[in-house]
Amino acid sequence: MSSENNILVKLKNAGIRQNDKWLVQGVSLEVEKGKIVTLIGPNGSGKSTTAKIALGIYKKIEGNVEKFTDKIGYVPQKISVDWTLPLRVHDFMVLTENLKDEEINKALTLTGVLNLKNKNLGNLSGGEFQRVLLARAISKKPELLVLDEPVQGVDFTGEIALYKLIKEISDKLNCGILLISHDLHTVMSATDHVVCLNGHVCCSGSPIDVAKNNEYKALFGEQASQILSRYEHKHDHVHSNDGSIKQKN
Amino acid sequence: MFDDFFIRALFAGIGVAFVTGPLGCFVIWRRLSYFGDTLAHSALLGVTIAYSLEFNIAFSVFITSSLIALILVQLQNKTNLPGDALLGLLAHSSLAVGLVVIGFLTFIRFDIMGLLFGDILAVTVNDIYIIWFGGALILLILKLIWKPLFASTVNYELAEAEGLNPDRAKAIFTILMAAIIAISIKMVGLLLITGMLIIPAAMARNISDSPLKMVTYSIIGGLLSVLIGLFSSLEFNTPSGPSIVAAALFLFILSLLKIKQTIKLKN
Repeated sequence: MSSENNILVKLKNAGIRQNDKWLVQGVSLEVEKGKIVTLIGPNGSGKSTTAKIALGIYKKIEGNVEKFTDKIGYVPQKISVDWTLPLRVHDFMVLTENLKDEEINKALTLTGVLNLKNKNLGNLSGGEFQRVLLARAISKKPELLVLDEPVQGVDFTGEIALYKLIKEISDKLNCGILLISHDLHTVMSATDHVVCLNGHVCCSGSPIDVAKNNEYKALFGEQASQILSRYEHKHDHVHSNDGSIKQKN
Repeated sequence: MFDDFFIRALFAGIGVAFVTGPLGCFVIWRRLSYFGDTLAHSALLGVTIAYSLEFNIAFSVFITSSLIALILVQLQNKTNLPGDALLGLLAHSSLAVGLVVIGFLTFIRFDIMGLLFGDILAVTVNDIYIIWFGGALILLILKLIWKPLFASTVNYELAEAEGLNPDRAKAIFTILMAAIIAISIKMVGLLLITGMLIIPAAMARNISDSPLKMVTYSIIGGLLSVLIGLFSSLEFNTPSGPSIVAAALFLFILSLLKIKQTIKLKN
């Protein structure tokens, strides 16, 4: 199968300008079926903006974006529901698509929040809300998932479980995922392609390539590239508590 | 059946309440009460045009209000004035122009009070048809655009990203707003239409925990307001619009008591 047919969304030299200032420019990337592409970069580097460009939320952009699917699930970075709008988790799940009750239950179970189904959205904690957002995005079985910091505010063990879930979904539904994350550990271990942004694309490639890149080191510091080397080596040795390294048998 | 003016007013009012219920919820959710006010104020201009050109009033008001909405969008794109200033500008200037035009139309006798506050004596059989057919059409269209409109009310970007075309839904909703003002102006009067839209919906919010319930209660609240308002209007010889809105206010206050109770229960 040629990879051309698997492309879900393709950005070519895309960017957006607001009040004569570039929010982000010259971004080229593509998300394929079954692949996870991760955007990393410091605050204000244009990660969310790039995701919104890919989603077609902005109307006046430079460059071009081609979308090859309509089945999209989106977890925005921030969402606030006004008090005037009484909305239960259940109502929120069917916001953009009519789902059967069992589909709703399944998605909520996967993210571990089935018990919140009849709760008001305004009464959820930050972490619970993120789980509901993720459940909603996956419940419609999308071909493309765009996740803007999907685990913010989720506790540590939950975070690991959710990232595992995201990886599973990508495999099971064979959907492409555009992920924005701050967590370099996860990014480097579960991602197929990394795009490092800082107003433009600093560097991109496989996690290993990016970690070796000097611009990446300049942006995140020397330690960040060590994160990866630990992953890279973890298969042939173990780090013991005293700092010595033992070879695996 | 429609011989009696009061029966006509009842039918007209009930028809209006069915439509203002759900639209009012969106007015509250999307924070459009001043927008509704602006459209309603501009309705006076529509009425004067109707009189001078011998048009149907509802039709003329619908066209004028839609035009004002269009002008508002243009102004929003072209100036840096904040939204509320633009709304005030349009509301009062269109009201003023309407009143000035009335001053010129000396050959027609206007019942200004009736226009501003509604007049049940003025409701004709023809008006009832306009309200019921127009109202049914408004509700049908609202049902068709419900998903994109509601989704974008919760979060615009989510709706846009998942392909629901919220901009189109918003444009259609604006037209529906102009339409409800056009069909209800005779009943409620142009100064009080926004009250008829938001007060039953606000009452409904106090006692609902889901969007559908809020819409349902908002309709019921509107119907009760119309019934109480019209009967007291007949009884005490008060203008119909203020009586209906005052009844809605009464229901709203009752719903506040219910909130107090639930808070007490929770504690």
